Amino acid sequence: MRATDDRGAEGRGELNRPRQPNAPLLRVRGLRTVFPTRRGPVVAADGVDLEIAAGEALGVVGESGSGKSVTFLSVLGLLRPPGRIEGGEILFDGRDLRRLPMRELRALRGRQMALAMQDALSALNPAFTIGQQLIETLEAHGLAKDARVQAAALLTRVGIPSAAERLDDYPHQFSGGMRQRAMIAISLAARPRLLVADEPTTALDVTLRAQVLDLLDELREQDGLALALITHDLAVVAERCPRVMVMYAGQVVESGPTAEVVVRPRHPYTRGLLESLPRLEDPDRPLHPIPGQVPDLARLDAGCRFRNRCSMAVAACAGPTPLVDLGDGRASRCLRAVEVTP
Amino acid sequence: MTLSRLLERLLHTLPVLFGVSLIVFLMITLTPGDPVEIMLADSRATPEQAAQLRADLGLDRPLAQRFLVFLGNAVTGDFGISFFHRRPVWDVIAERLPATIELTLVAILLAIAVAIPLGVVAAVKRDSAIDRALTALSLFGVSLPGFWFGILLILLFAVQWSVFPVGGRTDFDLEVARVTGFLLLDSLLAGRPDAFLAGLRHLALPAITLGLPTAALLARVVRSAMAEVLTSDYVLFAEAKGLSRRRVLLRHALKNALIPVVTVAAIETGSLLGGNMIVETVFGWPGLGRLVVESIFARNYPLVQAAVLLYAVTYVMLNFTADLLYTALNPKVRL
Repeated sequence: MRATDDRGAEGRGELNRPRQPNAPLLRVRGLRTVFPTRRGPVVAADGVDLEIAAGEALGVVGESGSGKSVTFLSVLGLLRPPGRIEGGEILFDGRDLRRLPMRELRALRGRQMALAMQDALSALNPAFTIGQQLIETLEAHGLAKDARVQAAALLTRVGIPSAAERLDDYPHQFSGGMRQRAMIAISLAARPRLLVADEPTTALDVTLRAQVLDLLDELREQDGLALALITHDLAVVAERCPRVMVMYAGQVVESGPTAEVVVRPRHPYTRGLLESLPRLEDPDRPLHPIPGQVPDLARLDAGCRFRNRCSMAVAACAGPTPLVDLGDGRASRCLRAVEVTP
Repeated sequence: MTLSRLLERLLHTLPVLFGVSLIVFLMITLTPGDPVEIMLADSRATPEQAAQLRADLGLDRPLAQRFLVFLGNAVTGDFGISFFHRRPVWDVIAERLPATIELTLVAILLAIAVAIPLGVVAAVKRDSAIDRALTALSLFGVSLPGFWFGILLILLFAVQWSVFPVGGRTDFDLEVARVTGFLLLDSLLAGRPDAFLAGLRHLALPAITLGLPTAALLARVVRSAMAEVLTSDYVLFAEAKGLSRRRVLLRHALKNALIPVVTVAAIETGSLLGGNMIVETVFGWPGLGRLVVESIFARNYPLVQAAVLLYAVTYVMLNFTADLLYTALNPKVRL
């Protein structure tokens, strides 16, 4: 039953060939993205590995500049120059996106993998109506049959009332929450299999945030959408993403099943993030901000990048700190991983 | 934009126009030099005859009264008699105006046609050798004085290589019946392709001279507007939707980048209309610019006043048009 459902939802052209069972939809290995700067090259994503399967949600957590957005812009082939990918593999449905010609990559964008952005007001073109921006996405992928009807249905799906009439509205005529949902509707217009949602709810209030996240959950369950939820909000990830990946200074420092990572972090940075979160059930718990600052990405050494802010740092931390598999799907870069949570 | 809003905007231009006419009136009247003396310079007129002429021209009346008369007449389209031509000022201007408008329009269209592709290329290939070359070139274009560049073009293309004529609006032996006053239009109406081509050849050098600084300026405006738009989230989002590069650049980016360009182009058109005295003089172009230069030297007050007022009205109206275009391009300011 499930198998026929999948097939039905995937009537989509050249990539509609049988996949290996259990092969992740997106698999990134050793991604290295570099921005040359006046002070030397900045490795914004340094040896990033990740996997996302259909219907799965991966939470990607880290502060600004940790490389989480750069990693996924690299995946989508949308790095702004002078940034460029220097190494690694980006396998989408078994094909290495780095080897694809520009034209084919463009055909995948929107159709197979899509991007939702933080601020819909700036992501939507102010000079075109919502309908135009929806329909051109359909047109770009040869799906423009009954475009207006489809467009209205897409807006309805994301919960915009009297959608058909609102197609001719400009983005500024929408309220903030509706605009965010309209943008997500545009991202999802061509029914992509992977959605990279870069802080999709940061600009929204609590109610709207829940609505948008519910919508994404629903798409994941019903359509098998794979979701990469980029955020600095661990609470959102804990609630919505079964798996989490924590990034710091361009590297993945910890990854694993969210439920376990949140309860028993295996990297001091993750623990720091958790300790700096307020908790509803214990409002009097003191919050502990992480002391110090992110290191200068142009002046890194081979050692652990978090050690200057880490209370557990030892001499060996100045040496190499590879991401080590800890079993049970967990991995950490900390040499003292098992000691992080007693 | 609603009609009432449109009318309101139009009404806002009235104080500006009143101010301009007052300044124009005062400036020319307070400049030393007596038109009557200049007009009678070569004749043996008696002081009585001079006084008579002064009274005929209304120059003996108080300043305020003369201004009110001027303003009242101006509103009804009567700018008086050109001292020099002894014909209604408006007739003289109307005769010369089409030549100037034709030259200006060709110059501005040429400038836009050159500036948009160059600006877009420079912005897309930002910080490349092409971009730097175009930036240097546009600095060069903005700084070239028109009289020098015009003469240089004449020396090269007219004197040295005889590709284009030295000056004037058309060849002496090619007369076309005047219908609209726009030579290109009239020769088409008369079914005279030879006259049309001659008109174009005569337009080439003055239009290039007049349009060059504008092209350079517009190219820089296009480049900076486009460069800014290209870093915007909506361009990234448009690319993420899988749109073609061409569509992203020419539709999503350019439409927004053109918003500031339209305003600058409209204002530049106003400047060119009122600022082509030098080019018209260098190329012997029988337009309003040259007429105004001649009239200033002759202290032909009514004509200078009418012309400057015309410049001001045109400028204000072009700004108004720029606002309208801005509205059409940018839904956010739609009222």
